[in-house]
Amino acid sequence: MSEFLQFLFLGLGQGAIYATLAVALVIIYRATGLLNFAQGEMAMFCTFVIWMAWDAGLPFPLAVLVGMAFGFVMGAVIQLAIIAPVTKRAHGNPLPVVMVTIGLFLALSSLAPIIWGTDAKVFPVAFGEGSIELFGASITHRVLGTLAILGLEVVVLWLIFQRTRLGLAMRAVASNEESSALAGVPVGRMLMIGWGMAAAFGALAGGLAAYVGLTNTLMLVPLIYAFAAATLGGFDSPGGAVVGGLVVGVVTELSAHYIPFIGNDLKLLPAFLLILIVLLVRPQGLFGKRQVVRV
Amino acid sequence: MNGALLEVANLEAGYGPVEVLRNVHFSVASGEIVVILGANGAGKTTTLRAISGMIGCRGSVVFAGQSIRGRRPDQLVAAGIAHVPQGRGTITDLTVEENLRIGAYCRRDGEVDADIARWFDVFPRLGERATQPAGSMSGGEQQMLAIARALMARPTLLLLDEPSLGLAPLVTKELFAQLATVNAETGTAVLVVEQNANLALAIAHRGYVLEVGELVASGSAEELMTDEAIRKAYLGF
Ligand SMILES: Nc1ncnc2c1ncn2[C@@H]1O[C@H](COP(=O)(O)OP(=O)(O)OP(=O)(O)O)[C@@H](O)[C@H]1O
Ligand SMILES: [Mg+2]
Repeated sequence: MSEFLQFLFLGLGQGAIYATLAVALVIIYRATGLLNFAQGEMAMFCTFVIWMAWDAGLPFPLAVLVGMAFGFVMGAVIQLAIIAPVTKRAHGNPLPVVMVTIGLFLALSSLAPIIWGTDAKVFPVAFGEGSIELFGASITHRVLGTLAILGLEVVVLWLIFQRTRLGLAMRAVASNEESSALAGVPVGRMLMIGWGMAAAFGALAGGLAAYVGLTNTLMLVPLIYAFAAATLGGFDSPGGAVVGGLVVGVVTELSAHYIPFIGNDLKLLPAFLLILIVLLVRPQGLFGKRQVVRV
Repeated sequence: MNGALLEVANLEAGYGPVEVLRNVHFSVASGEIVVILGANGAGKTTTLRAISGMIGCRGSVVFAGQSIRGRRPDQLVAAGIAHVPQGRGTITDLTVEENLRIGAYCRRDGEVDADIARWFDVFPRLGERATQPAGSMSGGEQQMLAIARALMARPTLLLLDEPSLGLAPLVTKELFAQLATVNAETGTAVLVVEQNANLALAIAHRGYVLEVGELVASGSAEELMTDEAIRKAYLGF
């Protein structure tokens, strides 16, 4: 029982990181119908910025905020300078834009070692090394803190989307771009802010994930888990992404531990199976809306 | 016509290589209701889309003394032009009240809530459904919502694209009566494109007839209503 709890919490802690990255994917998907394959690499890039700020002597939480601010600007600039023009010329074809995000993925992933070198950077453990005892299991402060951050994210997201004029406009654009423009919403600016917000969430995910040591491959695997999480929860549902992330985290940790042949090497397998099953049984995800095409 | 609120001249627009509008001239004065009649495919929607900046165009489009050609739709809303597109264009995932709030996005004054209450008074059905998703309402209710949302911007010019489309005759009649009232009370000019000539001409001051991309007739609402050819083509009697 205590061992089970231990792995459950470990899974929840990892899941909170996937959830955070999945929220980033969902924000962009909702606004633009686009899967941003560069989301993980953008997060990795921001995490190096967090590291630099921390290395320069800033307290870790402040360094994370610096990284998130950097992420916001980075996301907004990428949208404005790259995504918007390509989208405009693609005339409704999503493929060119997806290709551009894959290009960004490659560019960022090869740029990082050029800037910061290939050695793994020592990175602070969020909330320190301690742990508490719970029903005989020892739960680290890091896991508890990460879960608390996730809770905070949910509240902040809810407040932004349900309680602010900006959030209302972002939801309007997500639902119907053309009508929003005709109602007076500057759609381009909303998309920019959406990309900025998503990248800021990505930076936060990176800051929580990099305690294992920071290299340019930091977010490769988490991105795949985040895709699984968003698929599970529904690509148009931020709440679904959070639940999906936690489920994916728990399922991978528990199956790695309890199903002998999976272990650490095949950890990705359960996540992949999860995606497959969801796509077969409920393609819109647990909390997603069925796409209804009205003529 | 000097001092017109909207003055369109030599308007040409289309989609890629397809030319739809040729040499279109018309105007709308402050507080006026103007109707453009035209059959399917005449270019009515294209005309409105060109004015509100949704598609590119050539020629001159002058609103309140300023050229507005090439401006973005959201900038035009702030300048005073609100466009209710064909097929209503309500934001179906938002509630009725949220749709109205979005309509006031360009405004910074503190009277948004008062305006919402006002349009709920004028369109009581919207008030009853304030917290429902717009997508769950009937076609007629959504058309009212779309118009109320456009009015939330406090426009000086309202562009309406076939508001009668898909509505029962009685609902359409009620809607046009409400439009006439709104126009009389707020002084908002209305440019409405329609196939339903009867009802549109009944509330309009002036009208134009658009045929395959060109304006072929114009006159006061009475003149158009009594014109033999127009009666045959658009009024059906
Ligand atoms: N997106 C588009 N791409 C290419 N051609 C278009 C497009 N939209 C409209 N057209 C063409 O432009 C012409 C005018 O269309 P428009 O929608 O302006 O007509 P309309 O008068 O509004 O008709 P309706 O009463 O059916 O709404 C039509 O021949 C139509 O085929
Ligand atoms: Mg039309």
